[in-house]
Amino acid sequence: MTSEQVVFILAGILTIGAALVVVTNRNLFHAALALMASFLGVAGIYITLDAGFLAAAQLLVYIGAISILIIFAIMVTRRMMQVSETPFNSQRGLGLFVAVASFLIVAYVILRSQWFGAERFSEKPPVEPAVLSNTVVMLGASFVNPDAFALPFIVISVLLLAALIGAIYIAWPRQRIGTAEDEA
Amino acid sequence: MEFNLIDFLLSFLDMTVLDYANEVWGDQPWLSPLLSVIYIVVIATVVLLLVFVVGWVERKVLARMQDRIGPNRVGGRYGLLQMVADVVKMMTKEVIIPAGADRWAYLAAPVVSLATSVLLFAVLPLAPGVVGVNLPTGIFYVMAISSVSIVGLLLAGWGSNNKYALLGAFRAVSQLVSYEVPLMVSLLVPVILAGTLSLVSIVEEQTIPYFFYVPLAGIIFFISILAETGRSPFDLLEAESEIIAGFHIEYSGMYFGLFMAAEYIAIMFMSALFASVYWGGYNLFGLEDLVLANGFAIGRPLGFTFLIVKIAIVFFIFMWVRATLPRFRIDQLLDFNWKLMVPLSLVLLFVVVLLDKAVNIYAPGITEFGRMSIHLLSNVIIGIVVLEIMRRRARRKREAEEGSDGGWRMEPVLAESDETQLAHAD
Repeated sequence: MTSEQVVFILAGILTIGAALVVVTNRNLFHAALALMASFLGVAGIYITLDAGFLAAAQLLVYIGAISILIIFAIMVTRRMMQVSETPFNSQRGLGLFVAVASFLIVAYVILRSQWFGAERFSEKPPVEPAVLSNTVVMLGASFVNPDAFALPFIVISVLLLAALIGAIYIAWPRQRIGTAEDEA
Repeated sequence: MEFNLIDFLLSFLDMTVLDYANEVWGDQPWLSPLLSVIYIVVIATVVLLLVFVVGWVERKVLARMQDRIGPNRVGGRYGLLQMVADVVKMMTKEVIIPAGADRWAYLAAPVVSLATSVLLFAVLPLAPGVVGVNLPTGIFYVMAISSVSIVGLLLAGWGSNNKYALLGAFRAVSQLVSYEVPLMVSLLVPVILAGTLSLVSIVEEQTIPYFFYVPLAGIIFFISILAETGRSPFDLLEAESEIIAGFHIEYSGMYFGLFMAAEYIAIMFMSALFASVYWGGYNLFGLEDLVLANGFAIGRPLGFTFLIVKIAIVFFIFMWVRATLPRFRIDQLLDFNWKLMVPLSLVLLFVVVLLDKAVNIYAPGITEFGRMSIHLLSNVIIGIVVLEIMRRRARRKREAEEGSDGGWRMEPVLAESDETQLAHAD
């Protein structure tokens, strides 16, 4: 077993174990913490795949921003912290069926696919070292390249801008809007 | 190459021991993991031990600035062993878990804080060729890890089952998340100037330190790291006189010590980052590449010394600010960030991007000094404009408060009207 495999297995155990805690724990705050650990495990898997930039983005976005947001939402929601209800309801059978079916489909696709020239899915596809050390530059270039992702990138930017403007409009003091209407 | 004990020991002196090991045992599969483990152990230990030194220096310097003597009993005349004695005291104290505390969160918080602080040092270049990992995305790694450090504070604040701790955690999150924005934007300015995300390359690109290119961005970065490490005047998250100690109020013994260590290590790293991205890190007039005639790379220990001196100077300014400025109010703190630092840093980023691209297109053969002059000029202009805008705004506000007759009729200002003014100030 190579050191890479050891890291992969550890990261996988962390991811899956924490994910199980997320869905089975009765305490919502603990579930949010376990979600963070799960994200951390995913970042570890990205590192074993030589995707350092993706791993850092995972930490920055999911742990640094989204998880903090979730925890904050739990903290400022009244009586949310003390409630410890069972996370299961009457649809657990259906949920199990959907989960197993999705897993089987994804596993089937992974096993059947050709992965960038690798013979089997368990083998690492051959990648040149020059590409690996230069992923960020290639990513950045493809974001502004009209033949690659320039259009989706701009569409996402517009969407984010719209969300920002919406947030400002919602957060704007109501009073001022009211007085403006009164004057009119 | 054959193993030679004397060469091996000499390679420690000029800090080429990593290269030496690679030359001798380079074809062995166990070498790279072993070197990594050794480097991690050495760096983590040294960084933790440095907390003793840094803590002592801070107490001593602060005392001098406040016209006191500071620790002077333990360990000789200068109180050299004061921190050692303090740590021994903390170790022997009982770790108390408060009733009703969230045990897991409570115990994990200091560990998360300390781990994130120590992890940052993995990408810091210490001397030419001496760095833990030369990540192509080094700056991005620093941003990611420092954004995780907030989790530790949140865990402590929530887990302690204490209202002051929770208030501290809320303050911590609003402050740290806010100041992360100017911190990251002002960190992007050197990235654009150097054209790389790798910390090592950014340091090596600086024949002229970037602070002389973009002093405004450097100042914004410095203010942001003051706020990110929760130092005075931004120490609202542990304001002693308001919320007693904030998130770590319930911690005792070595668990409190871990928080202290994490704070000092974060300060050390942020000082080192400021020294590296804005002051050239281990660079000083090319002295860091000096190699003696017999192949002894004296430049490396020299470069390391330069880096340490630069870190020490930045850290001294940290202490100076702490001893000088009183604490901000929370609304002032957020106003200052969102109404000055964030817009200013964004404007700076745009200007630097456009100017640098223009220089690349229209004057490709320009010298480093010419490039610096252009950026410096733009920064001076932006600085003057910003100061003028702030002056006018302050005057308008003052006139609105005092009346145009210079404020001779002072009316009692009610707390309520004060608040509404703050809410509507733009």
